[in-house]
Amino acid sequence: MDLQAQSKPGPAMMAVPLVAVTAEPLDLAALSRVLAESAAADGAMTSFAGLVRDHNQGRRVSYLEYEAYEPLAVKALNLIIEESSMFWPTARVGVHHRTGRLDIGETSIIIVAASPHRSEAFAACRYTIERVKQIVPIWKHEHFEGGDVWLEGATADPGDEAARNEARRIACA
Amino acid sequence: MRVTVRLFARLRDLAGSGELVREVASPATVRSVWQGLVGDIPALEEYERTMSVAVNTDYAKMSAAVSEGDEVAFLPPVSGG
Repeated sequence: MDLQAQSKPGPAMMAVPLVAVTAEPLDLAALSRVLAESAAADGAMTSFAGLVRDHNQGRRVSYLEYEAYEPLAVKALNLIIEESSMFWPTARVGVHHRTGRLDIGETSIIIVAASPHRSEAFAACRYTIERVKQIVPIWKHEHFEGGDVWLEGATADPGDEAARNEARRIACA
Repeated sequence: MRVTVRLFARLRDLAGSGELVREVASPATVRSVWQGLVGDIPALEEYERTMSVAVNTDYAKMSAAVSEGDEVAFLPPVSGG
């Protein structure tokens, strides 16, 4: 492997975006680096990773398949980041969500938030995961011992102020 | 006129396809596209109260106008994260 070529930044190196919906394994270190690159004024960075759990509602989970309406999911993630920056203007957020088959223990979502002080980073990170569960068009197809089921949570309505306030309340709790 | 209907998760399973090209009467709304779809696939009807809809990859209301060639998506309650 040519380490020299790999570490050299340039057009050949894929830039890591702040928002992504991807079938590729997620890279928390890479997303953290992107936020750290412009973090001279930031004294805090926090992250969240969602993992595939081996049990759910009394079922023994074998694996999950994530399906996304990708263009709208990307827009919804960008909207969440915009909302977050209205509530916590000093916090910057990146979020990547994975799609396709994920085995137990694999990472389905990563969120990184950076801010001058820790409270905004924690709040923006928590807000982002709560909003993802409310409005982003992504679905879990759970395969468990004895069957499979589509999980259905919240009706996605980005304009629902009560839902947005609830996410904000949880983020600040 | 023709529109493309996108269905996801259990809606896709119920319809047997995630993408359908549908003929609808003009003028059309998301609601009229949905009603035509439910007419052919009655099992979808249970989602009428809980689903969200999108037109051309933007969230929309059931009353939104739909034009020739539009992509109309019906989204069951989400479960990402």
